[in-house]
Amino acid sequence: MSGLLRRREVVSELLAPRGDALVIAGLGAPAWDITNAGDHELNFPLWGAMGGAAMIGLGLALAQPKKKVLVFTGDGEMLMGLGALATIAVQAPRNLYIVVLDNERYGETGMQETHTAHGVDLAGMARAAGFAQTLVVRTESGVSRLKKAIYAGEGTLFAQIKVDPQKLPLVLPPRDGCLLKNRFRAAVLGPQAAQQ
Amino acid sequence: MKKNADPAWPDEVHALLQDADVRQVAIVPDAGHARLIQLCEKDKSMRVVRLTTEEEGVALLAGAWLGGEKGVLLMQSSGVGNCINMLTLPIACQFPLPMLVTMRGDHGEFNPAQIPMGNATQAVLEAMGVMVKRADSAADVPEMVSSTLRLAFNTYRPVALLIGQRVSGAKDFRKLTRSGPL
Repeated sequence: MSGLLRRREVVSELLAPRGDALVIAGLGAPAWDITNAGDHELNFPLWGAMGGAAMIGLGLALAQPKKKVLVFTGDGEMLMGLGALATIAVQAPRNLYIVVLDNERYGETGMQETHTAHGVDLAGMARAAGFAQTLVVRTESGVSRLKKAIYAGEGTLFAQIKVDPQKLPLVLPPRDGCLLKNRFRAAVLGPQAAQQ
Repeated sequence: MKKNADPAWPDEVHALLQDADVRQVAIVPDAGHARLIQLCEKDKSMRVVRLTTEEEGVALLAGAWLGGEKGVLLMQSSGVGNCINMLTLPIACQFPLPMLVTMRGDHGEFNPAQIPMGNATQAVLEAMGVMVKRADSAADVPEMVSSTLRLAFNTYRPVALLIGQRVSGAKDFRKLTRSGPL
């Protein structure tokens, strides 16, 4: 036992209950994590587009300012789109919460180390970009504080959760992008989704 | 080089974006888009989102559509190269994505570094499965923007309009080495 947080437990805890939160997940493990917590019409898990998860969250948060938008992604995915931290901090939507599950590894490709294994401070980068709130979470009590910050507080928030680099069985969401998009829009917009 | 300049086209394009109910305008600036960007920034119905790299705009506008808002991506042709893998998203998921691309490395280019990407822009987009249209005179721009918006939003796909360098004119770098106001 590493003593590190376990990603599936953390994600399940942060999504129970989730209310009407809109959830984006970066490709790979974060997509399996949110699906493990329960496939949901208001989930949009990615199967590709690496580096894009946080920006999808931004576009969604601007379009739906009354809903909370949660982006779960990994350290490798976030590192590929670091410029998004600057773009998001300038827009500063108060309903956007970015949660990086940081196992310091590229988990899908053989557990190669990412830069966070070598001291790169993602939360520090988000803070320097201008995020209103940044947290590094290492404990269960930290997860509870993060959950409160998400559901009782306002963004723009960036949380980096240090998690165990465990290899876990995949829990696959639907992989038809049109299905994922259409069910998400129908759940958010109702019947007018098909008329836009 | 003589500009094929019709200063009215950015105003007409802005009106077309309004008519199409475009709410999110994602930009990496280009001189050719300067006036259109100004008009969008003044428009309270539009949110201009400055990007650090163009691929952010592809992802942003997928998120916008998930939440029921329309958007447009403004960039220059060199930015197309930054978008390629992210175009997976609108292609695989059928997100509408109008891209208005001002060309460099095109008619009358001075800068050799603009040629490789400018010359490859259309082929690269088409290799990814993006529908590509062109406007090479100012008079054509509004009609082609209208066409691009309709194709993208009505048929749920990425569509790029390449606005040729003949429309905005090639930058004369030698002239810019002389002192005085630009």
